[in-house]
Amino acid sequence: MDDGMTISAPGGAVAHAGGTAAEVIGIRDLGLVFETRDGPVHALSGVNLSIKAGEFVSFIGPSGCGKTTLLRVIADLEQASSGHIAVNGLSPRDARLKRQYGYVFQAPALYPWRNIRRNVELPLEIFGLPKEERRARAEKYLDLVNLAGFGNKFPWQLSGGMQQRASIARALCFDPQLLLMDEPFGALDEIVRDKLNEQLLALWKETGKTIVFVTHSIPEAVFLSTKIVVMSPRPGRIIDVIDCDLGAERSLDIRETPEFLKIAHRVREGLRAGHSYDD
Amino acid sequence: MTERALPLRSSWIARLGEGSAFPVLAVLAGLAALWYLVCLPMNAALPQMEGVEGLGARYAVAWGLERPVLPAPHQVIGELYRSVFEVRLSSPRNLAFHAWVTLSSTLLGFVFGVLFGILLAVGIVHSKTLNLSLMPWIIASQTVPILAIAPIVIVALGSIGLVGLVPKAIISAYLCFFPVTIGLVKGFTSPEAMHLDLMKTYNAGRGAVFFKLRWPAAIPFLFASLKVAVSIALVGAIVAELPTGAQAGLGARLLSGSYYGQTVQIWAALFAAALLAAVLVGLIGAAERITQKAMGGRA
Repeated sequence: MDDGMTISAPGGAVAHAGGTAAEVIGIRDLGLVFETRDGPVHALSGVNLSIKAGEFVSFIGPSGCGKTTLLRVIADLEQASSGHIAVNGLSPRDARLKRQYGYVFQAPALYPWRNIRRNVELPLEIFGLPKEERRARAEKYLDLVNLAGFGNKFPWQLSGGMQQRASIARALCFDPQLLLMDEPFGALDEIVRDKLNEQLLALWKETGKTIVFVTHSIPEAVFLSTKIVVMSPRPGRIIDVIDCDLGAERSLDIRETPEFLKIAHRVREGLRAGHSYDD
Repeated sequence: MTERALPLRSSWIARLGEGSAFPVLAVLAGLAALWYLVCLPMNAALPQMEGVEGLGARYAVAWGLERPVLPAPHQVIGELYRSVFEVRLSSPRNLAFHAWVTLSSTLLGFVFGVLFGILLAVGIVHSKTLNLSLMPWIIASQTVPILAIAPIVIVALGSIGLVGLVPKAIISAYLCFFPVTIGLVKGFTSPEAMHLDLMKTYNAGRGAVFFKLRWPAAIPFLFASLKVAVSIALVGAIVAELPTGAQAGLGARLLSGSYYGQTVQIWAALFAAALLAAVLVGLIGAAERITQKAMGGRA
């Protein structure tokens, strides 16, 4: 299992092609049970999934379907109860200890007492990089997310969308090849969200990173992804995996095309099937 | 050229009207009026008041007694002024000298107490064992009346040759570590789960989590605690001066005033203590504002 080598290749080197690309995340028969006072809750059950280098994979499903939990298992913020999971060929814990992924939370989670530049520098400080290099990287990644010139502002002086972009710069600045994003644009309004979706797509193409993206928005999932994982609650499980290749050069207009609507329809069908025996 | 006149509006009189100065002054005036009013009933039983007829005359006497039960505000302020400015600074009759004696042990005790309080909070947050074993004792320590404990500590330390500044500072420290520990434990555990998870994704060690997350998150709690701590450090220093019949300090001044029935002297010492506390709390407030600004707080 030397898959990890492919992942630590320099940014952009990994091709977006499926098939031959190395497996970044391999999940087999994964289960997670939370023990609560009212008895066990099956947050995840029988999950099988393979994510290859350079893919953009979305987890979509209603709340309670375990999509965030699955992302947290990959990040080693939760531990699976059964089954097998490998991240870059390592256990999630070892991958976390080797700082192999960047994580973007639902909220920007910027530290309010640090200005934007020092927020982006936070992981670099912890990793012990020298000051000049920290400064240079922060400038570079703030520029990448179109926040050049905002480094000296404090988080409260920025809009929600700008704050979330700063948190993406923070996740990217140590150049992890895997980016885990947990509903990063969920709290933003439609217009800002559209704009950030376009920017994220451009950023993914530019850097060639593997992105795992949690969302509850069908258009967002179809627009961004190369693969859509449809999930369903009680117990949290995968009910459909949809390949979604709308071509590299897509703009927001693609949402009006028949191909787009066909995939969106299949996602909606999947979500509906997962709900059918609910009530 | 009428625009020229506009800047005048920001004169200090105008600013007085715009700000909160008026209500503050109004309350102050109300309190002073009430104080003058009750001077007569409080002092009515004194022998000097016998045979004085008429309300105006009775008030005139009640406001100028030498050893009143309740002195009038101007008597207290007059005594405060005389004992600070009209007596040599080195003289034991100078109030500023006594205030300095109390202030020095207050500050020493404050520094001891705050450092000890921080140390305890760090231990409690990082070790469940320390939390369970120390917390009950920390709380119990504050349920013991300080008036009962102070003489024991002063006498015990005196018997091993420790006298003067340090025993008083220890009483201050004993009182003021408590709000610091309680406030900081709350502050160190205040970061939300997402901020802690973020540190986990970086595989950050305990040191990094403490210095880059827990400590800055606890700063607002620390300043709230410091304001309480500095004022009770002053109380501790004054109380510590009482049991030994100390020769100097605001506590000694209160004690000698009550021995000789010098109520004006007692009130002047109380005023000095209150003034001192206000200045100390004000200084911490100023430090808080500077820190807040540096940490990106909304001005």
